[in-house]
Amino acid sequence: MFLLRLLLKNAFRHKLRTVLTLIGLVVAICAFGLLRTIIDAWYAGVEASSSTRLVTRSSISLTFQLPLGYAQRIRAVDGVRAISWANWFGGVYITERNFFPQFAIDPASYLALYPEYVIADAEKLAFLRDRQAAVVGRGLANKFGWRIGDTIPLRGTIYPGTWTFNLRAIYDGVDAKTDENQMFVHWSLINESVRQSTRRAADSVGVYIVGIDEPNNAALISQRIDALFANSLAETLTETEKAFQLSFVSMSEAILVAIQAVSLIIIVIIMAVMANTMTMTARERLAEYATLRALGFPPGFVVRLLYGESLLIAAIGGALGVAATLPLAAAFARAAGTLFPVFQVSALTMALQWLAALIVGSVAAAWPAWRMSRIDIVDGLRHVA
Amino acid sequence: MKRLPLAYIVRNLWLRRVTTGLTALGMALVVYVFATVLMMSEGIRATLVATGQADNVIILRKGAGAEINSAVGREQVGIIETLPGIASDALGRPLVSREPVVLINLPKRGSGKPSNVTVRGTSEAGGELRPQVRLSEGRMFRRGTSEIVAGSAVVAGFQGVGLGQTLRFAGRDWLVVGVLDAGRSGFDSELWGDSEQMLQAFRRTSFSTVVLRLADENGFESLRQALEDDPRLALEAKPERVFYAEQSEALATFIRLLGSALAVVFSIGAVVGAMITMFAAVAARSGEIGTLRALGFRRSAVLLAFLGESLLLAALGGALGLLAASAMQAFDISTTNFQTFAELAFRFVLTPTIAVQAMAFALAMGVVGGVIPAWRAARLEIAECLRAV
Amino acid sequence: MSRADPAPLIRIRRLVKNYRRGGQEIPVLLDLDMDVAAGEFVALMGPSGSGKSTLLNLIAGIDKPSSGSIEIGGVDIADLSEAELADWRAANVGFVFQFYNLLPVLSAQDNVELPLLLTGLPSRQRAERARLALTLVGLADRAAHYPNELSGGQQQRVAIARALVSDPLLIVADEPTGDLDRLTGEEILGLLERLVLDLGKTIVMVTHDPKAAAHAGRLVHLEKGVLVDALGG
Repeated sequence: MFLLRLLLKNAFRHKLRTVLTLIGLVVAICAFGLLRTIIDAWYAGVEASSSTRLVTRSSISLTFQLPLGYAQRIRAVDGVRAISWANWFGGVYITERNFFPQFAIDPASYLALYPEYVIADAEKLAFLRDRQAAVVGRGLANKFGWRIGDTIPLRGTIYPGTWTFNLRAIYDGVDAKTDENQMFVHWSLINESVRQSTRRAADSVGVYIVGIDEPNNAALISQRIDALFANSLAETLTETEKAFQLSFVSMSEAILVAIQAVSLIIIVIIMAVMANTMTMTARERLAEYATLRALGFPPGFVVRLLYGESLLIAAIGGALGVAATLPLAAAFARAAGTLFPVFQVSALTMALQWLAALIVGSVAAAWPAWRMSRIDIVDGLRHVA
Repeated sequence: MKRLPLAYIVRNLWLRRVTTGLTALGMALVVYVFATVLMMSEGIRATLVATGQADNVIILRKGAGAEINSAVGREQVGIIETLPGIASDALGRPLVSREPVVLINLPKRGSGKPSNVTVRGTSEAGGELRPQVRLSEGRMFRRGTSEIVAGSAVVAGFQGVGLGQTLRFAGRDWLVVGVLDAGRSGFDSELWGDSEQMLQAFRRTSFSTVVLRLADENGFESLRQALEDDPRLALEAKPERVFYAEQSEALATFIRLLGSALAVVFSIGAVVGAMITMFAAVAARSGEIGTLRALGFRRSAVLLAFLGESLLLAALGGALGLLAASAMQAFDISTTNFQTFAELAFRFVLTPTIAVQAMAFALAMGVVGGVIPAWRAARLEIAECLRAV
Repeated sequence: MSRADPAPLIRIRRLVKNYRRGGQEIPVLLDLDMDVAAGEFVALMGPSGSGKSTLLNLIAGIDKPSSGSIEIGGVDIADLSEAELADWRAANVGFVFQFYNLLPVLSAQDNVELPLLLTGLPSRQRAERARLALTLVGLADRAAHYPNELSGGQQQRVAIARALVSDPLLIVADEPTGDLDRLTGEEILGLLERLVLDLGKTIVMVTHDPKAAAHAGRLVHLEKGVLVDALGG
């Protein structure tokens, strides 16, 4: 009790200094949390993937397509429950800055494989009926202010020309992990146009989505599918949806590693700032600590005072930082728009923020505590004036 | 006006070595982040600028944006070759390279995770069009064979790519017969093989791009016009430099913006640190301030002395941060350029502009952190200060 | 004469203290013998650098001798380790400093209570004893005040209460009136005198002021590390 009172009073003895230190801590803890959340957002596609879906693509690379005829053969593989396919459309909405993913899909079979996209029955029907229809996620519709019935022009990069789609449906994610920033159009519409311009490239598919019953058989079924097309003109590579999504994330690994490193740097910065605060504080109180020692308090008492004060400030800063992270993350998610479809501060991130604050608090007190526990009492007392 | 000597400022910083060091360390780390990010952005830009040649022109399908999205048919290439203003090689043939460009997956060295590598089909003309590309090992691929040469960054960054090794893709085994040194351009991150062989292996009927050299560097506009005027060609021409600069823009801008935003946020921490230090310095030396003022130094001299101290502290931090950042030049990094979906190797490039920007950033932190404490020091009353001695 | 007493409270023999300054050994106390009886009020006097403060620090157990013995209440504190010394001080020594050395963030009451934290007394008893000590120095009505709300003399009274509260064998005072005006100083010295006369405390005080020393029962003069004379009172 007595000790706690002493700690609290000491911590706020230099109000301005403590407030400045707290500002620094809050900024650091917030920045650390936001950077970790950005990394999490990168992995959102991986988190949202289903264990009952496999992805089959060309073994050369994603930019190579597979024949449409594979659909029948994959469907016949033992353990396969359903099949659908999608092509990356790669259109530009007004300018390149408005980037969002668009896929040309086989509508009925695709939506059946993705129950996490929740669409009202009437809208779904309208989407299925109109070959020029599009369905978009709620986030995307909100961002561009689209309403059902709007026409959306896209300039094709892979499929030349300007395309106009009718917005027939808007889907909601079943939970916060679902990406609500995608657009889906009819594959048959795109294929028709390809057939007319270059006959050879028609009837080709970017990826097959394979629905399976038993997640434990994923590896076995993948092998069966790939074996089916081994040594053919278009060999396949089948993997779980999770592995497929991870391969995208690993492409940006260098950037992710850099962000991770930078999130640690801010912690080191605030560590230096706070260590300095504690060092100055300890130096100014040299005579007080010498007095305590003269009165018979052991060196450990001075160490406890300094650690306690440092940890107290760090804990207050950590609490404020964690509390500020949530509204900031929400604001950031709004500002970033479609760049990070899913942006949520995880429990692990908050735990790490607390841990970081406590590490900062203990590291900051280490040097002054060591110094102050070894002071010469006689010298220290002379420091009074 | 009498000013306090610089030695007074330096001595005071030296007296509080631990505090000075910790405060400067905070600033140094901010400057390190700031400079490193600018160096990264500059490195990407420099790599892609080095990839383009001043008098080369690249022709893509209209709206394709990137090479892998583009398609140029054989008939179209035939028409292009007849356009006026194209330079010729020693034998009088037009300097035109028709190139299929595709991406293949290769496992990265270390992690083993697959990443996209650009495979370019080219020819003798293609080599002649890129004088910055040299063979550092082995020899060039022979026409009509399944031989390839690999860029140095591909050899360094991917498993199983090396002189004498074979790569399996598109249903064939390809023998690596040479290693390219592309002068730190984007070609260091590519595999090159024979144009026609690539078409066959990948079952393509059209090339991706056509690269040609202008007879006259100023001839671009007329070539572009000629291309535009031909209804059989739904193609667009770009100076190669412009094309590659555009390819780097999004990634370089993304890194620069993200990094600068981070540096600004981080600087709050370092500025707060400088403020704490300077406020403590003012409090600890109030007696000294009174003495100086009693001796006849003006308020402005006190203000400048403390502001100078803060600036010197910031300069120290800036220099340390820049020094650490300059050490990054020894490292190469490689990531996927999300405009091309292909792996691109580059390095950190420190330019004088970046150095100046980083130091300016550091000094700005010093001013922001030092001005309020210095103002407070200057406003102290002499009598009060002397009483505090 | 206290020297004749069979068991003095403080018994110093062959005490030597050297300091190292820049690689040189500087002798401060040279082979010093001294006794102090229980209930004595001793004033240590001497010019600057005579070693009087060093002697006080050694007696108080906040500094260690180069050689010799300092027996206090039968314990040779020269033999004690750092940690043992701290415990010994907590139990046996009360301090009064020139600049009071109160913790600015604690009230008078809390400052006086501070040494009792080392005793393991329950908090109610601590508070009671601290209040008693404050009453003894005449500051019961100032218990809730902070040091910066008290005058110099009042602060020194709080410090004296803090020195008393753990009921030590010995109180050491280093220039206790050095920062006070004459009148307030007289009050403080009167208070110390009363502690000796009424409560039987033993006080060793360093001062350079002969008027302050006059309050003591015995004067001890030091010059260049040796006792020049010892006048009984």
